[in-house]
Amino acid sequence: MTPSRGKSSKTPKRKPSRKTASGGAKKTKRKPSSRGKTKAKPAKAGKSSGKRSSKTRRTTTAKRKKVTAKASGKRVKKAVSKGRAKSKGRGQARKAAKPRTAKPTTRRSPGAEGSIDGLPLFDNETTGAAAETAVQDLSPAVIETPVVEVEAPAGKAPPAAKKGYQTAKSIAKRQREISISEFFAKNRHLLGFDSLPKALLTAVKEAVDNSLDACEEAGITPDLLVEIREIAENRYILRVGDSGPGIVKSQVPKIFGKLLYGSKFHILKQARGQQGIGISAAVMYSQLTTGKPVKVIAKTNPARKGHVYELQIHTKTNTPVIVSEDTIEWDQPHGTLIEMELLAAYKKGIRSVDSYLHQVALANPHARIVYRPPRGDQMIYERLTEQLPVEAKAIKPHPHGVELGVLLDMLKMTKARNVKGFLEREFSRMSARASVDVLEKAGVPPKTSPKRITRDQADKLIQAFAGAKIMKPPTDCLSPIGEDLLVKSVEREVEPDFFTAVTRPPAVYRGNPFQIEVALAYGGPKLADEEIIKLNRFANRAPLVYQQSACAITNGVINTAWRGYGVAQSRGALPSGPMLILVHIASAWVPFTSESKEAIAHYPEIIKEIKLALQECGRRLARFIRRGVRAREEAKKRSYIEQYIPHIGAALREILSFSEREEQRVVAKLSTTLERSRKN
Amino acid sequence: MSNNTVVKKIKSEATRIKGTIIKGKKPSMKFPLRALSNVRYHAKNGFFEMRGRKKERTLTVNTVKTFAQTLRMMALSKELIETDDIATKREAYYVSKNWDAARFNEQPESDAVIDDVEAFFGMNREQLGFIPEEKGGDVAGKLVVVDKDRDTGRTLKIDCTKFGSGAYSIPIAVEHLEFETKADFILVIETAGMFQRLVKHNYWKKANCILISMGGVPTRACRRFIRRLADSKKIPVYVFVDGDPYGISNIYRTLKVGSGNAAHLNEFFCVPQARFLGITPQDIQTYKLPTHPLKEVDVKRAKDAIKNDPFVLHHKPWQRALQQLIKMGVRAEQQALAKHGLNYVMDTYLPEKLKHPEQFLP
Repeated sequence: MTPSRGKSSKTPKRKPSRKTASGGAKKTKRKPSSRGKTKAKPAKAGKSSGKRSSKTRRTTTAKRKKVTAKASGKRVKKAVSKGRAKSKGRGQARKAAKPRTAKPTTRRSPGAEGSIDGLPLFDNETTGAAAETAVQDLSPAVIETPVVEVEAPAGKAPPAAKKGYQTAKSIAKRQREISISEFFAKNRHLLGFDSLPKALLTAVKEAVDNSLDACEEAGITPDLLVEIREIAENRYILRVGDSGPGIVKSQVPKIFGKLLYGSKFHILKQARGQQGIGISAAVMYSQLTTGKPVKVIAKTNPARKGHVYELQIHTKTNTPVIVSEDTIEWDQPHGTLIEMELLAAYKKGIRSVDSYLHQVALANPHARIVYRPPRGDQMIYERLTEQLPVEAKAIKPHPHGVELGVLLDMLKMTKARNVKGFLEREFSRMSARASVDVLEKAGVPPKTSPKRITRDQADKLIQAFAGAKIMKPPTDCLSPIGEDLLVKSVEREVEPDFFTAVTRPPAVYRGNPFQIEVALAYGGPKLADEEIIKLNRFANRAPLVYQQSACAITNGVINTAWRGYGVAQSRGALPSGPMLILVHIASAWVPFTSESKEAIAHYPEIIKEIKLALQECGRRLARFIRRGVRAREEAKKRSYIEQYIPHIGAALREILSFSEREEQRVVAKLSTTLERSRKN
Repeated sequence: MSNNTVVKKIKSEATRIKGTIIKGKKPSMKFPLRALSNVRYHAKNGFFEMRGRKKERTLTVNTVKTFAQTLRMMALSKELIETDDIATKREAYYVSKNWDAARFNEQPESDAVIDDVEAFFGMNREQLGFIPEEKGGDVAGKLVVVDKDRDTGRTLKIDCTKFGSGAYSIPIAVEHLEFETKADFILVIETAGMFQRLVKHNYWKKANCILISMGGVPTRACRRFIRRLADSKKIPVYVFVDGDPYGISNIYRTLKVGSGNAAHLNEFFCVPQARFLGITPQDIQTYKLPTHPLKEVDVKRAKDAIKNDPFVLHHKPWQRALQQLIKMGVRAEQQALAKHGLNYVMDTYLPEKLKHPEQFLP
């Protein structure tokens, strides 16, 4: 079972063709009249698909590259040719002339494009698996289409369009590329700006992620400032500054003023950010909600001044607009600071910025964070260690994690002369021997030029990857927090009665190495009694705040048998009790279920590792809890002595009728005897 | 044993315990282990006899509560005897409610302590001033019980044939009773229902016998009553119970040889001359009785009896009978005879069985 939510949620976006089809069906229902019944079915299907696609394109789906747009354009033609023409038909007679046979191809091309060109936008962030589904999902679409067409009555292409409807030509006038920034301007929820409190959190998160990544990459122990000021109701100014390496002057506008621009996207490496959307999305959100530019200060050289920019994003072209630029004296030797005004809401609670930064501090004990909330006192999370985390190495993709679309793309882009060289050069763990083995199995001559590999051959290669013995991917691309620091971190932040941490050895899912860490804290004044436990999820040291129930980590915690460790747990629920569980997954490619990076996909390998780590922590916790039970029993026994010995005295006195003084003597004597024996 | 002796015993034990405490040592009491594992079937005497095993209850942190309760119960006993009063087990339980932390939460706890004290002194609880709550049992038929009027001291003769459709109720204390009878045998019946049927149709007249209903596992008074009656008049005792492991190994066995729990008293509270009339496993087949399947607990009880019950271990026929029952996998109640007609039990079953008392199971 691959439950990955990501897939399901994503697929519709990825497959315009399908969506269109279903949209079409709906339309058909709406206006069933007109035309001959015989034709009605196929014709309607075709027509509506054409119409719908154009609409969709305008709005959501189609923020694709030109190719895609073109392709769908073709689809419209195709639809018309089917005889759909009822509405649009007229002006399109020319287009309708296109041979029907062409249709399957046209259909396919948007699909294929989607997986290669279109995908990165949505999918980079998710795993290969998602991409794979894309490919799988597309193929049925390819098959489906011809079927529809076969049914379609051929040759009838009435050119007449109904009154008030568009023609393909008139629609064509409006068909054009949609800029990525335009797309996100309208779909802010995809990036985590769907509600006011969440917008504030996401903006903080993106800025903090960037700052930490930058510092670590430059080998600088991070010093962060996060400041939020309320300037009016639901209006905030957010400032996030870091002590990182700064940004070269020429790059500043692009980094903050252009979506999909960044340093991390083309490298497979463990990092918080990945695709270069985050901070620029925050900038765009700020701009959308306040109309004001953001201010960025960057300083790279201690001897020079910093430069300060005021930036906006030109949403139509996805390019930065420099509103002003200047130099500035900055008391920091180097670093970056961003200041933006945005419509947001500051809330307390588990999904608050406060809680978020607290978790950041937990998972990043090497960072010092100064936080100035809109209300209340400044908080400082001091760093626990001067030691930066081991720098994660960038790795090449492992053959087991690559999908057809990606492989095709890689084949196109590689500089290798032949396919054998390509395999060795572009993949990790592909030795000369393994490459020969794979090529042999796939039946592809090693000397073939990568550019000449057909789709079928590529497919065979993928199959051969699966069958070949290939070493597991290297694990030096992982940088766990480490048990020692986790324990220290948890101890300081939570002050529990008991705490422990486990860092699992690296493991692999679909060719991607990953590593699970769990820290567990139990009891203590900060963890209230008899409540559902607190679960803090982290991916590459970045806290995951939303969508807890959709996350593989939550699944792992729920499916661990906590009762065996002395912790209460209702069936199918998180355990309850004064407990904090912190789960961290480190990977060069964390499989999120959605672009806003809120939940981990349910890979069995990942859930298994999470459970193993939890179980180890659970066993240690059980020992502690049992000790506690023993201690309580001990106390109970002590009270026993005080409670019952007087009765022995009283009974003896009743039987033997001695004096009260004598009774006291018996009681006192017996008490000391028992106390003494208990201690021995 | 006079009341005085009991008080003396209690006092000497208390003195010993106090002495140990004053010496700075932990006092302890030795109780006979009250369990089936600590009894032996004495074939010659015909009852369960206590083996020597004892449990020692040393006063420690863990036992301090029970220890205190035991001592308080002894104190209560002493008081009862000295004031010539009695307390039911239930009343004793309520008295304990006055003991603060040492009170009992449930009556079974206080019953167990009373049993412990009883076994500790090797005495009957009545001698300690405690009487049971339970009803003794019902008697009808050719028997005259000779009792005394407590106020006037006059002798009372109670004719058990004159209760009509009712019956004479066995009192809790039976030691002072005497009997006059010419009955041929005593028929001891498990259920009140069957007893009612036989009484209503005056079966005792026809069979010239005494009918006694136990109403489940026989109480001590009931066992003692039957024992004294059978001993003094030298008449045989036949037992008629359900044909299931409970009827055999709990009811019949307890009547005949006593219980594992109060083994120190079995000598008095048993009826060694009792014989098992039915319903035997063989009866189920012979009389084609309607049955119910044995429940899991029944099978477990039967297997346990075969393996651990010293009485069954001693009697091969019983082992065979229980094995047969397990094999058949069914049980039959006394009332099952009604299948052949309501009075079949009086007209056919009992007469047929009574023709061959030598075939009764031991």
